[in-house]
Amino acid sequence: MRADDPNVKWIEEPKLGLTGKMYLPLLVQGLTTTARHLVGPKITVSFPEVRHQPGNPLIYRGVHRLNKDEHGRVKCVACFLCATACPAHCIDIIGVESPWPDREKYPESFTIDELRCIFCGMCEEACPVDAIELTSLYDLTGRSREEMIFDKEKLLSVFDMTKDAEPMKSIQYGGTL
Amino acid sequence: METVVVALVKIALMIGGLMTAAAYLVLLERWIAAWTQDRVGPNRVGIPLTKFKLFGLGQPLADGLKFIFKEENTPAQVDRGLFTIAPIVILTAALAIFAAIPFGSVLPKDLGIEGVEQPIQLCVAPAFDVGIIYVFALSSIAVYGVILGGWASNSKYSFLGGLRSSAQLIAYELPLGLGLLGVVLMSGSLRLENVIDQQASTGVWNMFLQPIGFVTFVVAAFAEAARLPFDLPECEQELVGGYHTEYAGMRLLMFLIAEFLHMVTAAFLIVILFFGGWHFWGLTGSSKDEVTWFEAIMRVLVLQGKVLAVIVFFMLARWSWPRFRFDQLMDLAWKVMLPLGLVNLAAVAVLVEFGWDKAENKLGFSPVWAMAAMWGIAIVAWTIAAIFTPLQTDNRPRLEAISE
Ligand code: SF4
Ligand code: SF4
Repeated sequence: MRADDPNVKWIEEPKLGLTGKMYLPLLVQGLTTTARHLVGPKITVSFPEVRHQPGNPLIYRGVHRLNKDEHGRVKCVACFLCATACPAHCIDIIGVESPWPDREKYPESFTIDELRCIFCGMCEEACPVDAIELTSLYDLTGRSREEMIFDKEKLLSVFDMTKDAEPMKSIQYGGTL
Repeated sequence: METVVVALVKIALMIGGLMTAAAYLVLLERWIAAWTQDRVGPNRVGIPLTKFKLFGLGQPLADGLKFIFKEENTPAQVDRGLFTIAPIVILTAALAIFAAIPFGSVLPKDLGIEGVEQPIQLCVAPAFDVGIIYVFALSSIAVYGVILGGWASNSKYSFLGGLRSSAQLIAYELPLGLGLLGVVLMSGSLRLENVIDQQASTGVWNMFLQPIGFVTFVVAAFAEAARLPFDLPECEQELVGGYHTEYAGMRLLMFLIAEFLHMVTAAFLIVILFFGGWHFWGLTGSSKDEVTWFEAIMRVLVLQGKVLAVIVFFMLARWSWPRFRFDQLMDLAWKVMLPLGLVNLAAVAVLVEFGWDKAENKLGFSPVWAMAAMWGIAIVAWTIAAIFTPLQTDNRPRLEAISE
């Protein structure tokens, strides 16, 4: 950076008054703030014993799930929009011809590498049929890297686990499909 | 013979106490950091293999074990000898300082131990006539450790970090010395015990008589101990590392312990020089060598309590105030603290010259007047310093400075 670079905008700071220059009032201010927090209520959650409740599960971005339709079939139509939207390239789909009459394709295999996922929620934004959603499950651990690659069965089982606590996000808008 | 035994016992007490204290101060620091941020802090590690958590008091033990098993990594490019010597220098100096620092007063005479006639002084090197100079000489050795660490690392970041730190440490030696000189003038002695005795016998702590000296000393002590708001030696968030960037494992631990010991030294000095040491009105008595057991124990407790309070203040300060920028740091040292220290020295010199009872070594008149005068001078000097303070917040590069 050159000192006289015209692209650098310098901001004029407000001048310090006498109290500011005397330091002491500001020092006391800082110290009282600190001291107040010393005794104030704590916000720590002791994790394994106490489980944190995400404020609004509908906007929380935790582990993925693949939604099922009313016949218990996977909703996904293998359009690859989520895989395309994913900035981490962690969704891998093999789409084949669907055995059911109401759609052309369905995913034969659907894996998400949860280790690479950054939980940005782009996939759920991109999905035209609300098949992929992020749940409020947050303790995502595994003993190996392979264990962290979630396949279709696992993602569908996450749906079974969470469908009661968190209804499908599209239902409040009338649902899709 | 018995003096040797007594000295060895005291050394063992001191070193053991200090090392344990340093370990638990780390825990305390983490707790205070957590509490000020509305967190709970370390509370898990208790007695191993049981469910007793003991509020996390086992944490220092676990940290120590972790450090023992940590990989000792020496980067390829460093000067191995100096690289290893630097933390040893800094830690040895930090520990040796405590030889001259009393951690209590005296034990009563009727100890009942064969061959011990004198009352035992609770200080490794009691009656050390140049105690204060010794403490200062050793604490400035820290600069060598810092420079050595930065130089031997053979990395430009460490080197610049080392230079930066040594500039800071050297700059703040002066206000530190000036703040201290007032106290030395008043007690007329370079012996730390005498400084305490003088405050104990008059009952007026130096802090009340020398407010400016107190402020300059405390500020300089913070900077010397490299604590926030003056922790430019590392300040891990903003600068690319300090002098110990290349260090890891045990050698880093030695630097960190030395840093904590500096804080403890600073706290001890602040308490001894300005807060009356072991003296507390009506609790500890004021005689030099004649104590009851109760008083002797109270003196140790009072001294340690005061030191702990100062250390807690050190730690609270870390989370209260923003860090100084390096040019502001230097401005503060040379343009504010140095003049203030000189004012203090002059005021104390006048007070001692004209208001002192030389025979009794205390004020010749009511200390209330002296206090009023000194506080008046303090407020005036402080205001003047504030009005003409050169501290600037603007950090844009100045063209005229570059083009020259
Ligand atoms: S949340 Fe983001 S990163 Fe994770 S799978 Fe979806 S699009 Fe990819
Ligand atoms: S965007 Fe939705 S429907 Fe398309 S492939 Fe992904 S999950 Fe399936």
